[in-house]
Amino acid sequence: MGLFKISQGRSLWMVHFCTGCGAVEMPPTMTSRFDMERFGIAPMATPRQADVLLITGYLTVKTLKRVIMVYEQMPTPRYVIGFGSCTVNGGIYWDSYNVIKNLDLYIPVDLYIFGCMPRPESIIDAFIKLRKMIEEGKANKWKDYIERYDWYKQNQAKLFDINKWRVQK
Amino acid sequence: MKILILAGYWILVTILGLLYMGIARKVTARIHNRYGPPFYQAFLDVLKLFSKRETASHGVMHSLGPVIAFAGISATLLFMPLGKGAPVLHFQGDLFVVLYLLVVGPLGMALGAGESNNPNATIGIARALSLMLGYEIILFMATLPVFVHYGTASIYDVIVKQGAFPNWAGLKYPLSMLGGLIALHGLLGEKPFDQPIAPHEIASGPMVEYGGKYLGLLQLWHAIGIIVETGLFINVFFGPQNIVWFFAGTFIVFMLAVIVNALMPRFRIEQAVRFYWGVPLILVVLGILQYYFWR
Repeated sequence: MGLFKISQGRSLWMVHFCTGCGAVEMPPTMTSRFDMERFGIAPMATPRQADVLLITGYLTVKTLKRVIMVYEQMPTPRYVIGFGSCTVNGGIYWDSYNVIKNLDLYIPVDLYIFGCMPRPESIIDAFIKLRKMIEEGKANKWKDYIERYDWYKQNQAKLFDINKWRVQK
Repeated sequence: MKILILAGYWILVTILGLLYMGIARKVTARIHNRYGPPFYQAFLDVLKLFSKRETASHGVMHSLGPVIAFAGISATLLFMPLGKGAPVLHFQGDLFVVLYLLVVGPLGMALGAGESNNPNATIGIARALSLMLGYEIILFMATLPVFVHYGTASIYDVIVKQGAFPNWAGLKYPLSMLGGLIALHGLLGEKPFDQPIAPHEIASGPMVEYGGKYLGLLQLWHAIGIIVETGLFINVFFGPQNIVWFFAGTFIVFMLAVIVNALMPRFRIEQAVRFYWGVPLILVVLGILQYYFWR
């Protein structure tokens, strides 16, 4: 089991959900200047292949629906990193009528990166911290989403009708 | 006893294939002026993928697709001699078996990805099969003069008959060898020809709905596929006299493909097929003519 834990920590594939302005910090983090691939972090094209969901910036109610769909498609164990002040308390959108203020009311967040914008160094630092949390067995927020599913769904239902927005087959 | 040898070869090739993939990422990173992941990164990725729990399946065939692909490439490996003195199964005509079994992988993926109903997967499959029209013809026509020259249709016999350095078939038929190298690039799916799994356009194509253990199996498929495909080229054109030469040769050919991959942008699919029906086709036709006129 230890080997699996180490491999989970050292091979973090992320899908970076480019909702807000934070996405502009991702290209320098991935490319030659800061090179996050040296820690085994690679951007992935689809949520099915990813381990980490990176929310880069503010989320409107409309994007939140898509984020929840993406999050529920990811195979477990899965981790969420909230990126920038907007995911913590709304940031400069603190009094906006359609931007959510606390991300962890709607999906479980393992780690926040503060700042507006966070520098690439702090993004890489967050991933290293997530690796340590995984190796110590502390990054278990995805279990929380399964155990307290109704609580998360209640919070989501306060914003929108959760039965209507899903695509019906 | 033979079963044990088979299992030994299979494990060796899987480990070396994953090692090649890791080194390829390192080499690509150095070309980009980056530091790059550690060379054992591919092992960590596969281990992690097998430790994940898949949340959804899209049907029986969707789950069986990667298994078919993996079984197909493992079966191909059995007919591929790892240099002289390391044949697993060989008989007259095993070249055709190998050329047919190489198609089982993409076919298994096509069956599996087709059931996921994802439009990206369908586009990826269509591209993979169109691209096959390009490189399969070139690959077969490139190997043709060598097999006719030695009067055999067994890959192992070709290795034995062509012998060591100055007698390499690749030096006797340099145009065919060059054409085969270009066809091999498409077979490996490296960059001018990576339309089937273009991550930026169609979200990794057939793999779009595969995650977790399925993707782990597909990674192993890719790892064995690298050795089998480059091994076909090395066995036919450079007659490796022992297993060390075989792996050195496959490594050099694969690194050549990786370097080209790091430097090239991507063709559109019709450009790729048209490219194959241009210069490489002329090269391999000249190779066949060379057999008839000055062998």
